[in-house]
Amino acid sequence: MSPGLTAVLLVAVLVTLLAVVHRPFGDYMAWVYTSEKDLKVERWLYRAVRVNPRSQQGWTIYAASLVAFSIVSVLFLYLLQRLQSFLPWSVGMKPVPPDGAFNTAVSFVTNTNWQWYSGESTMSYLTQMAGLTVQNFLSAAVGMAVAIALVRGFARRKTRELGNFWVDLTRTTLRILLPLSFVAAIILLANGVIQNLADPTTVHTLAGATQHLPGGNVASQEAIKDLGTNGGGPFNANSAHPFENPTGFTNLFEIFLLLVIPFSLPATFGRMVGNLKQGYAILAAMGVIWIGAVVAMYAVEFAHPGAALQAAGGALEGKETRLGVSSSPLFAVSTTLTSTGAVNSMHSSYTALGGGITIFDMVLGEVAPGGTGSGLYGMLILAVVAVFVAGLMVGRTPEYLGKKIGAREMKLVSLYILTTPALVLMGAGLALALSAGRSSILNPGPHGLSEVLYAFTSASNNNGSAFAGLSANTPFYNTALGLAMLFGRFVPMVLVLALAGSLASQKPVPETAGTLRTQSPLFVGMLAGVAIIVAGLTFFPALALGPIAEGLL
Amino acid sequence: MTAVTALLRQLGTGLRFLLVMTVLLGLIYPLAVWAIGQIGFRDQANGSLIHSNGQVVGSQLIGQEFSGTRWFHSRPSATATTPYDGLASGGSNLGPTNPELVKLVKERKAEVARQNGVPESAVPPDAVTASASGLDPHISPAYADIQVNRVARANGLSPAQVRALVAQHTDHPSLGFLGEPGVNVVELNLALARLSGTR
Amino acid sequence: MTRTPTRTGATRPHLAPESLALPVAPHRISGGLFDPRQLVRSLPDAFRKLDPRSMVKSPVMFVVEVGAVLTTILTIATSTLFGWLIVVWLWLTVLFANLAEAVAEGRGKAQADTLRRAKTEAEARLLRPDGKEERVPATSLHVDDVVICEAGDLIPGDGEVIDGIASVDESAITGESAPVIRESGGDRSAVTGGTKVLSDRIVVRITSEPGETFLDRMIALVEGAGRQKTPNEIALTILLASLTIIFLLAVVTLQPMAGYSGQQQSVVVLVALLVCLIPTTIGALLSAIGIAGMDRLVQRNVLAMSGRAVEAAGDVSTLLLDKTGTITLGARQAVDFLPVGGSRREDVAAAAQLASLADETPEGRSIVVLAKEKYDLRGRELTGASVIPFTAETRMSGVDQPDGREIRKGAASAVARWVQRHNGTIPRDTAEVVDEISSTGGTPLVVAERRDGKAQVLGVIHLKDIVKEGLRDRFDDLRAMGIRTIMITGDNPLTAKAIADEAGVDDFLAEAKPEDKMALIRREQEGGKLIAMTGDGTNDAPALAAADVGVAMNTGTPAAKEAGNMVDLDSNPTKLIEIVEIGKQLLITRGALTTFSIANDVAKYFAIIPAMFAAVYPGLGALNIMRLATPESAILSAVIFNALVIIALIPLALRGVRYRPTSASAMLRRNLWIYGLGGIIAPFIGIKLIDLLISHIPGIG
Repeated sequence: MSPGLTAVLLVAVLVTLLAVVHRPFGDYMAWVYTSEKDLKVERWLYRAVRVNPRSQQGWTIYAASLVAFSIVSVLFLYLLQRLQSFLPWSVGMKPVPPDGAFNTAVSFVTNTNWQWYSGESTMSYLTQMAGLTVQNFLSAAVGMAVAIALVRGFARRKTRELGNFWVDLTRTTLRILLPLSFVAAIILLANGVIQNLADPTTVHTLAGATQHLPGGNVASQEAIKDLGTNGGGPFNANSAHPFENPTGFTNLFEIFLLLVIPFSLPATFGRMVGNLKQGYAILAAMGVIWIGAVVAMYAVEFAHPGAALQAAGGALEGKETRLGVSSSPLFAVSTTLTSTGAVNSMHSSYTALGGGITIFDMVLGEVAPGGTGSGLYGMLILAVVAVFVAGLMVGRTPEYLGKKIGAREMKLVSLYILTTPALVLMGAGLALALSAGRSSILNPGPHGLSEVLYAFTSASNNNGSAFAGLSANTPFYNTALGLAMLFGRFVPMVLVLALAGSLASQKPVPETAGTLRTQSPLFVGMLAGVAIIVAGLTFFPALALGPIAEGLL
Repeated sequence: MTAVTALLRQLGTGLRFLLVMTVLLGLIYPLAVWAIGQIGFRDQANGSLIHSNGQVVGSQLIGQEFSGTRWFHSRPSATATTPYDGLASGGSNLGPTNPELVKLVKERKAEVARQNGVPESAVPPDAVTASASGLDPHISPAYADIQVNRVARANGLSPAQVRALVAQHTDHPSLGFLGEPGVNVVELNLALARLSGTR
Repeated sequence: MTRTPTRTGATRPHLAPESLALPVAPHRISGGLFDPRQLVRSLPDAFRKLDPRSMVKSPVMFVVEVGAVLTTILTIATSTLFGWLIVVWLWLTVLFANLAEAVAEGRGKAQADTLRRAKTEAEARLLRPDGKEERVPATSLHVDDVVICEAGDLIPGDGEVIDGIASVDESAITGESAPVIRESGGDRSAVTGGTKVLSDRIVVRITSEPGETFLDRMIALVEGAGRQKTPNEIALTILLASLTIIFLLAVVTLQPMAGYSGQQQSVVVLVALLVCLIPTTIGALLSAIGIAGMDRLVQRNVLAMSGRAVEAAGDVSTLLLDKTGTITLGARQAVDFLPVGGSRREDVAAAAQLASLADETPEGRSIVVLAKEKYDLRGRELTGASVIPFTAETRMSGVDQPDGREIRKGAASAVARWVQRHNGTIPRDTAEVVDEISSTGGTPLVVAERRDGKAQVLGVIHLKDIVKEGLRDRFDDLRAMGIRTIMITGDNPLTAKAIADEAGVDDFLAEAKPEDKMALIRREQEGGKLIAMTGDGTNDAPALAAADVGVAMNTGTPAAKEAGNMVDLDSNPTKLIEIVEIGKQLLITRGALTTFSIANDVAKYFAIIPAMFAAVYPGLGALNIMRLATPESAILSAVIFNALVIIALIPLALRGVRYRPTSASAMLRRNLWIYGLGGIIAPFIGIKLIDLLISHIPGIG
């Protein structure tokens, strides 16, 4: 089978799977967030943590809960890394240095999972399990909670109540992430992903050398790593590592896992606001961008421009044989358009324009379909911007789902769309201005600029993947990227919650023929266009000096 | 001010919540999967190891470094310090226009062509590029193919025998499109060693 | 246009048939004319506005001004031709923006000057409590002072007539020369300062403090002084400010990136890039659009008390329209004569005409006219006949002819009683005909005669409310825009429905009392709808205040004018529809120019980025798809285009984009094509053309 046909079939099967699953799964998630009943284990948990599941929170309390929980999580994860050598299952790992521990704690709590380290030589099994795996669940759940709070803002009328953060977090974890992860982990396990607590296995190779193979509870972490769009794998090579992603099947399965929640949340949204078509419109905008990026990426990777790739005769540098050019790009696009950041191939060695596409995917704000929750709220924010401009153009005070987009809403939305680009541009600018930033660059020329741009794009957008040539394990990068992740995650989240509060307090305006139809293909096109144009205009100069310059060398 | 007091009040809840969840998600969940793995999928869970003569000689999933004429060679590996270091997975991260990579590719191409006595044009891309993990267990069938004659000669086997081995150890993608075909170098070389009587 | 109404007996007080008989105003919303000479005239103001304290109100243009200052200083140091050209065009960019605002304001100023002339230092004849008169300056009048105005006097301040009746010339405010009647009591008691009493004498109680009169407010409004940003304008300004910050960051951080790439950029070039990227087009025109929108209302003789109200008009989802005067002509007209009991149609017509010759009401005249047109019956002299006028008691009118023939016309029951009293017969089919007319919303007038002592019913006149021409189409348009129209009428439901169907309104409220109107508004608003209505009477005031857009008729009471947020000087209720359209047009213009402004950036990037980095990355030359001559000419062309497009769009900003009532989707599609796609393409052409020109300049080309 030709690689081209393989790619087409892969995309077709993936799209079909997602198309089949997203409605029932989206409905299920809507039920999770609207059901009045608690499970037995949930009731026990609420008692244990002393939360009244029936109490409702306004946006400030919801945000305060979120921030408080994240502070506790960062501290806990920091201490766990610093103390890992004294704790069980340390497998001989030393304490993680302070700047690195800070970076990793922030990284996993923010759902970024940027990894400055090689997991197999830095983190103890306990840290991987009780620290990183736990945050893989919880950071994903936090993202979904924020998205649901925003959806409630649209769905509810004249209220301050946005739900209860602890309840949303609990239900997301226990009813969505945990059961699915469990099933996914078993499937991965059956296909060769490891799950053991053994010390590294010593191998006497056929050629007479010795090789050490790592162990660890990989399957359980791999499942939530993808499902929760986290991306922080136990190994440095991430999903390119044969123990994390052994076959073509696991590869497709992992892509499916990292797309399934973000692509199903629009249905949840449509269900919760009582208008499925609105959900489809959001889904369509996500889908259009995703498919466009996939096609573009395959086109450049199959063409493999670039001196080294031309010399080699194919874009296989940094790609696994079992995945090849036919299976790798699909993962690369999906991981950068979600906030996953897992990689099954090394983005740094992609064609210049292919690498540019991964950066562009992220600067879109990771909205197609984006991270668990963060994709939905990111796209809804863009929808508000699109509605604002389009609303003016149809001669009415802009409104989305009956909620008016006034000065306060625009202020919050403007700050949201300002935050990540500001972090990316200032971070990359600073790094390139300082020798501390420049000295970590591996590749010469425009590719070096791309490495730095990629790092700050990835951190600020909570992606976590890298042009990994950059030696990011320096105090400068650990700190700067840590801050980028922190602000890139929580500033937008608080703004989204404030927006949700503002929307929930409104009385909806009824729809008339004069109302902008946000479920129409025209609006879908405009939404996708707004996403692309806003990101494109913001980052064109930077991209021109990085991937575009390299691609046109 | 109210936001701050609200924050403080939630810190306690957050800590209790995190501890409960750490037990559930950080211990119970992975250990449950671990138990299932160790009972139901023992081989996979422990790394799909290959045993020979009572020793672990490799994993079906992890490549090894081979040099010399009698072995099939794996792809170049960019793992730190030594190739195919199991504890330092990773790729080269060299960019597509990096002169260093251009040089490497050209050198490798010439070397592979020379070793196997084939023209450079016959050298497939995987033979001259480092994989993403540095532990790639596979090479393309094309790369195996150009090595057949050399390996057969060195092991005193007929090319047909070797070609049959290659075919035996070629992993075909499930359903024809889930991945790309690849020849498992460790398994192929183990079979080769057994056939030629060195193991 | 319309004549200011004068009182006629048969209609509702504020509605004159003459004004209402006019066809509904033309469809398309046109703006004022734009005269290029206004640009020159406004130039001094544009320079005055360079003051940073006034610039800071527009964040986008403030950034441009700061950039212009910065480049000026740097260019003084280095002094290159390229630098100076950039400096000049950056300043022109700022100036053009100010010019746009100045031109918009200038148009209002002209109107304000006319108004000021009316506000002469008139003397007031203050009536002291002791009954004596005192002459005081008009500006010293306070609320509750009582003044006397006689023929020839200017009314010194806003007030209410508490005694007397007078004809008043309000042309100073409305521009209409026909005098209007003002009298104490009722709904026509309000007088406006600056208007002139033509006849008779009135006593006026002052209702406004000096400086706060209607005239003062009007002058302030048309001048745009103290203009506050409207909610949507604020929201848009926030979006534009954040885009400006994003581009500022993109440009500032470009320098270290350029440094890494081996080609540091000069500050002049970076400023040029920044100015090209930030949304200067909409930033420059935003306030002009707002001022021009208000101005368009003023040109239609509508005074909006706030820009907020104009925007709200665009959002209106329900229009409450009074039937009489707005939907119908205000007076019923005869449309048919229906004989009963074997009499001939001509006889009915003849009798009806005779009975109506002396009837000066529009209804009466319409009967005469119908009879003449249909049966060629000429109006005859009523010599020797005695006219029986209509009274509320008899509910009949008619004529007694010298030959003893008596003719009566009137309400069915009244005429029936008259006939019975004179031992006449009432044909069986009379009731049928009467009922049939009633059931279709018409008014039956029964005609009877008494001749030779015998009374008999001859027939029935069918009177009908005449729906204004063209209204149905307008309501269809409104429906397409998503606006529901509700007709308010005091008629019974049957009549109301018939008229509602004929006019094509969506709904009606029959037998409406003021409190019903209020309840309807509350109900609609509870559902999140925005309501617009017109009103004039004091009992309309609560509803006007409750409605989101309340347009008070200028003829109305002070209470009504105070309660509404707009005043229509023409007192033409149909104008509500135009107000809605102007409100929408205002928003559309902003949205369209925002889209255009942002879409423009694509081409500017293609011009500037390759030019900036051509030396270090020649490959980027592939992005120079316009094939601009040199890096200098490319950057300069983009800056010049950016400045000129402001000037080019001033007429559009003042006029507003073309607006036709249609569905939101159709409107969005159209505007996206024109201003989105057009905004992408236009600068490619414009920049290329400018480049072709300026590349001839030595040192640039």
